[in-house]
Amino acid sequence: MYRFAISRLLQAIPVLLMVITVTFFLVHSAPGGPFSADKAVPPEVIKALEEQYNLNQPVWQQYLSYLGDVLQGDFGPSFKYSGRTVNELIAAGLPITAELAFYAMLVALSVGITAGVGAAMRPNTMQDYLPMTGAMIGICMPSFLLGPLLVLIFGIHLDWLPVSGWGDIPGDKILPSITLGTGYAAYIARLSRGGMLEVLSQDYIRTARAKGLSERLIIIKHALRGGLIPVVAFLGPAFAGLLAGSFVVETIFQIPGLGRFYVQAAFNRDYTLILGMTIFLSTLIILFNLLSDMLAIWLNPKLRQEIRGTN
Amino acid sequence: MIFCSDNYSTRPQSITLSSNLKTLLLLVIFFSLTGCGNNESNVSSGNKTGTLYWGNGTEPQSLDPQIATGVPEHHIISAVMEGLVLKNRKTLEPVPGVAESWDITENGRVYTFTLRDNARWSNGDPHVAQDYVWSWWRALQPALGNLYAYMLFPIENAQQYYEGDISDFNEVGVKALDDRTLQVTLNYPTPYFLQLLDHYSLFPVHQATIEKFGTADQRGTRWTYEGNLVGNGPFQLVDWKINRRIVVQSNPYYWDADNVSLKEIVFIPIENIVTEERMFRAGQLHVTSSLPADKISVYREAKDPELKIAPYLGTYYYRLNVKKPQFQDPRVRRALAMSVDRQRLVDNITKGGQIPAYAMTPPGTMGYYPKSNLKFDPEGARRLLAEAGYPDGKGFPATEILYNTNEGHRKVAVALQEMWKKNLNIDIRLLNQEWKVYLDSESAGEYEISRAGWIGDYVDPNNFLDLFLCGGGNNRTGWCNEEYDRLILDVAPSMSSHKERLEVFQQAETMLLNEMPIIPIYTYTSVQLVDSSVKNFDANIMNAASYKDIYLQPDQE
Repeated sequence: MYRFAISRLLQAIPVLLMVITVTFFLVHSAPGGPFSADKAVPPEVIKALEEQYNLNQPVWQQYLSYLGDVLQGDFGPSFKYSGRTVNELIAAGLPITAELAFYAMLVALSVGITAGVGAAMRPNTMQDYLPMTGAMIGICMPSFLLGPLLVLIFGIHLDWLPVSGWGDIPGDKILPSITLGTGYAAYIARLSRGGMLEVLSQDYIRTARAKGLSERLIIIKHALRGGLIPVVAFLGPAFAGLLAGSFVVETIFQIPGLGRFYVQAAFNRDYTLILGMTIFLSTLIILFNLLSDMLAIWLNPKLRQEIRGTN
Repeated sequence: MIFCSDNYSTRPQSITLSSNLKTLLLLVIFFSLTGCGNNESNVSSGNKTGTLYWGNGTEPQSLDPQIATGVPEHHIISAVMEGLVLKNRKTLEPVPGVAESWDITENGRVYTFTLRDNARWSNGDPHVAQDYVWSWWRALQPALGNLYAYMLFPIENAQQYYEGDISDFNEVGVKALDDRTLQVTLNYPTPYFLQLLDHYSLFPVHQATIEKFGTADQRGTRWTYEGNLVGNGPFQLVDWKINRRIVVQSNPYYWDADNVSLKEIVFIPIENIVTEERMFRAGQLHVTSSLPADKISVYREAKDPELKIAPYLGTYYYRLNVKKPQFQDPRVRRALAMSVDRQRLVDNITKGGQIPAYAMTPPGTMGYYPKSNLKFDPEGARRLLAEAGYPDGKGFPATEILYNTNEGHRKVAVALQEMWKKNLNIDIRLLNQEWKVYLDSESAGEYEISRAGWIGDYVDPNNFLDLFLCGGGNNRTGWCNEEYDRLILDVAPSMSSHKERLEVFQQAETMLLNEMPIIPIYTYTSVQLVDSSVKNFDANIMNAASYKDIYLQPDQE
């Protein structure tokens, strides 16, 4: 397992290098510079700004010096937010986005697994059709529609929950977590239904039933572990997706997380902020994929055997 | 062995998992319940404590008045800093700020300001005339990258100093005669100079603070952050949470502190105006920065008194690239401008109470009401186009409208496309580009027709008409007329009376409209929602609030 983890981490190095290189040259070749503005910018000002941010050097030289800084964990100053470093902006947004992603994941898991397992227990009955139809709607409903809908119903008409904010008013974390979690809950419901159906048809479940165990015990003790493997495999990319893709929910609910910076950075051609965020999120995605693979191996004896064999 | 050990480990885990889920569900329900109904909204709590909640658009890039550009920055800076002169919040007439009085010599070139005896910085330091000399010296350092350096150019030798033609700042026309007397000499009489003093690029900055965090001409030091910033305005910065809020509280050292009613202002950066409107409806904001276009009619029909629409000092217009063959003939440009039904556009498309514009300068700019012979005349337009060699639009080359990606701009472009098809029988295509790409294309002259907007920095026709000087950075149409340049640069400044000066501007404006390198479309309006408890909030054409005058008083129910 350790060797597996270490080899995967080593593989991550060229991947990250590739990400940095491609992103660096892409953002630098995008039309429009970080300092262009609606009002004409005098040449003296452009010159001063380019000097300050080393943009007057050849691109390859900028690339090398940037790479050197990144190796030391320094993503440089933001071009747009004068005086802020990219590290500082990430540090400000990350805890909030991570918390949002965590709650959304809790919503997704609790709703998704309950619905999926329930559906798998009585396939092709109403107990199956209803939650699966719900899941289909959940997958199809984009968060930019669901969010405002929830706000209109629970925030404005019923006046039960705050319409925006994060940690400012009690209860303001509920609607964003549900909005962000719903799509994932729907996926998880379908994955866990499929996984459970497959497991429930296995011989060892029949054995358990033959032993006279209660259905509840069979599900919890024997079936869940195997049935949720597809869900576990989905968790890594899902969590990374939640972190990187929370932009829409953050915008709807006015949440000061990472997503808003990411999109704004691209519009503003804030080179260092785009690069810093991309590198940071790529690293997270690689780590979460690794974690979910390790969890899947730990849950699935077959995979474990394979790893042993190859090692 | 492995199977056994794993079996043991699964059992307690699956049980913990399911019990965790139950706890979580209970927690969610608990939080939903505790969050229900019993929250006091920001507006009602703010009305009790004197806290104004202000929707402020985007996260500010900088609070350094000599680096910042943009409206959200302007709002915050004008709360924590102040210039020599303020504006009357209704009429925008200059009123004393840090300067309690001023004298202007008869030739209109030398201003002598007397600073208030009780002017202080927010840390208690005395605020003296020398602060302005230093601040303006800093504003003119090219390395600082001040986009508004040109606002200081009416001051004698300021432009020469900025461009490096002279290196001794003592030659620039600003002198501290003593602690309380500042003398400013201008190149020529500039009637709008007092107004410029209320623009943040001419606000004083606190030298000791700036030098504590870096050199004077260094960008991006931390002097403007909470705990560091020292200002001279009615409020002081106490909290800055990125993308969340900026909080300012009343400044006890402010010269007029006794007359500041608000205790606190919370500026909330909200990029999404749909979210902002919902926050307003939920009582989380006193004032919004804007209102989605499709909501305006809803509020209008409901006659909601919270909807405030006021003329705004800005013109929405289209640039025509006169370098392109089809636009070299002014008759073609006129024809296009004459076939735009502006009234229909503002009534049915933009719907925000915009005023149809038939000239570049908004009407009423410093008493200037531009006369224009431009009107909606499709018949005349067809005739002009035929004279120019395109009878009934035949043979008109492929032409595109370039606009930056935005629903509002798209709607206007579609409407104009349709009007030109109907009235002139010419086919125009639409091309949208992302903001920075659009800026690049426009500056490089890679367009035929391009959407544009200009918001005035100060209330004077000069600010609109000097855009179209030959080769000017904001011209971008390729149009150049030496006589026009002469009127704006030489004749208007030499006029001795305001009336004569406006006449010169009228001449220039007429010239611009006859040659038509641009098509004026409408004068902007500011559209905001303002809670009824916000008093002394008077809309003005600069859309500049006077925070020191605002007070909160809920209406009696």
